[in-house]
Amino acid sequence: MILVFAALAIWLAGWALNMALARSWFGESRAGRISIALIFGGTVLLVWELLVRGLEVSPVILPPPSVIGGKIAESLPVLWADFVQTVLKGALSGFVMGCGAGVLAAILIDRSPFLQKGLLPIGNFVAALPIVGVAPILVMWFGFDWQSKAAVVVIMVFFPMLVNTVAGLQASERMQRDLMATWGAGYWQSLWKLRLPAAMPFIFNGLKISSTLALIGAIVAEFFGSPIVGMGFRISTEVGRLGLDMVWAEIAVAALAGSALYGLIALIERGVTFWHPSQRH
Amino acid sequence: MKDEVTPMSRVIEARDLNLVFQTADGPVQALKDVNLTINRGDFVSFIGPSGCGKTTFLRCIAALEHPTGGRLTVNGMTPDQARMARAYGYVFQAAGLYPWRTIAGNIRLPLEIMGFSKADQEERVARVLDLVELSGFGKKFPWQLSGGMQQRASIARALAFDADILLMDEPFGALDEIVRDRLNEEVLKLWARTGKTVAFVTHSIPEAVYLSTKIVVMSPRPGRISDVIDSPLPRERPLEIRDSREFIEIAHRVREGLRAGHGDEL
Repeated sequence: MILVFAALAIWLAGWALNMALARSWFGESRAGRISIALIFGGTVLLVWELLVRGLEVSPVILPPPSVIGGKIAESLPVLWADFVQTVLKGALSGFVMGCGAGVLAAILIDRSPFLQKGLLPIGNFVAALPIVGVAPILVMWFGFDWQSKAAVVVIMVFFPMLVNTVAGLQASERMQRDLMATWGAGYWQSLWKLRLPAAMPFIFNGLKISSTLALIGAIVAEFFGSPIVGMGFRISTEVGRLGLDMVWAEIAVAALAGSALYGLIALIERGVTFWHPSQRH
Repeated sequence: MKDEVTPMSRVIEARDLNLVFQTADGPVQALKDVNLTINRGDFVSFIGPSGCGKTTFLRCIAALEHPTGGRLTVNGMTPDQARMARAYGYVFQAAGLYPWRTIAGNIRLPLEIMGFSKADQEERVARVLDLVELSGFGKKFPWQLSGGMQQRASIARALAFDADILLMDEPFGALDEIVRDRLNEEVLKLWARTGKTVAFVTHSIPEAVYLSTKIVVMSPRPGRISDVIDSPLPRERPLEIRDSREFIEIAHRVREGLRAGHGDEL
């Protein structure tokens, strides 16, 4: 019971500290914002730890963070191998291929009204396919290894990328396009110097959405057949063995990888679309 | 090359020009039987209420709209040929600068598209920045500049590739009177220095009279020319000329023309 009260006390203390920080001049600075986030995260972990121990929750229901941390520390080689298999080989390669295909298809669609009528509905149709139905089929087609996972990811990210890029290519203003015409610019010049730059905020929206979809797709696809390595494979087998601490360890890795990929894209976005009102400071 | 052309040669010529837009509410006659000749070195203003077709006529010259009847030549070519030959620079109502490019980058853009050499590009950007008094602002981004400065940058961009014709569509319409006066003076100076042919659309009678050698008064529904006034004012024009008798007389005639155009529909 003491542990539960300690959890409550720590929660209140962390909250009070963050409130005070947020109001002070320090909270405005970059270091201040980061420390507020760190204090919040630390508080959550501590409260989790104390509550689970204080209330004697079964480790199958929810293991304390210290146990998950210990599991991560002792199985680093396995986690690394799973990470390479699922994130680097499956998710990232599928992400790059799917997003690239989405942008290229959007440019084709933009160029030809015929494709606009044909390709958009097909993209829509593919996006509506349930992943639990598509994944086993793609595993049959492309084998157990990462290629089939990449294929699932391609299907998942293609449509959001396509729709965002198509919208982005229409985002330039009429006057800006008229200017290009007055200079006698050709289609590709106008695409390269005006319409693609103007589409960048949309393209980055698509990339951010796709980055999380890619990870989900790669992990879930492994449930339908994979070699004996991979985050999805590990999660599905460890659940069967009630090794929930390992499941949580994989979840932690997946969350970190997803956040890192998202953060990286957001960082590049700030560099590329610095001119957009949403990025100006 | 310029010297071989006679000074009074016809730069823009419209004969019985008609333009009908097909809209959801049926056809709209935007231009009706427009006849006009613009000579080399003219400063021609188009004035009239909204819907009189003054912007549409300018867009026809630029081949951004296509007439449905009559004949229009620009430098002896069709407007489309003239556009591909980069015969004109166009200044729109808003500056329309690309926000991801610096001011210098924006001015360089048409030069990149037209394939000028790198060294030539830099030299031209510096020259036109100086011409519109924006030297030192080349590295700024458009959103860091005031509206007046942005519009000056867009004029510099239209001048950078040295087209003989400058088409300006209410370039100062969104600016306050003080900035507008200053830019009017600068445009006159530019015109005197470069000898370009300017077609200038405006809502403002004083602006039209102050700037132009020829004032085209237009009236709406259908858009047509109701009066063409050749200005007797000298080419050299200080701002004070706006208080002179002659100036006021021309302004009066423009106002009468505008009123007559409106009388038709009442």
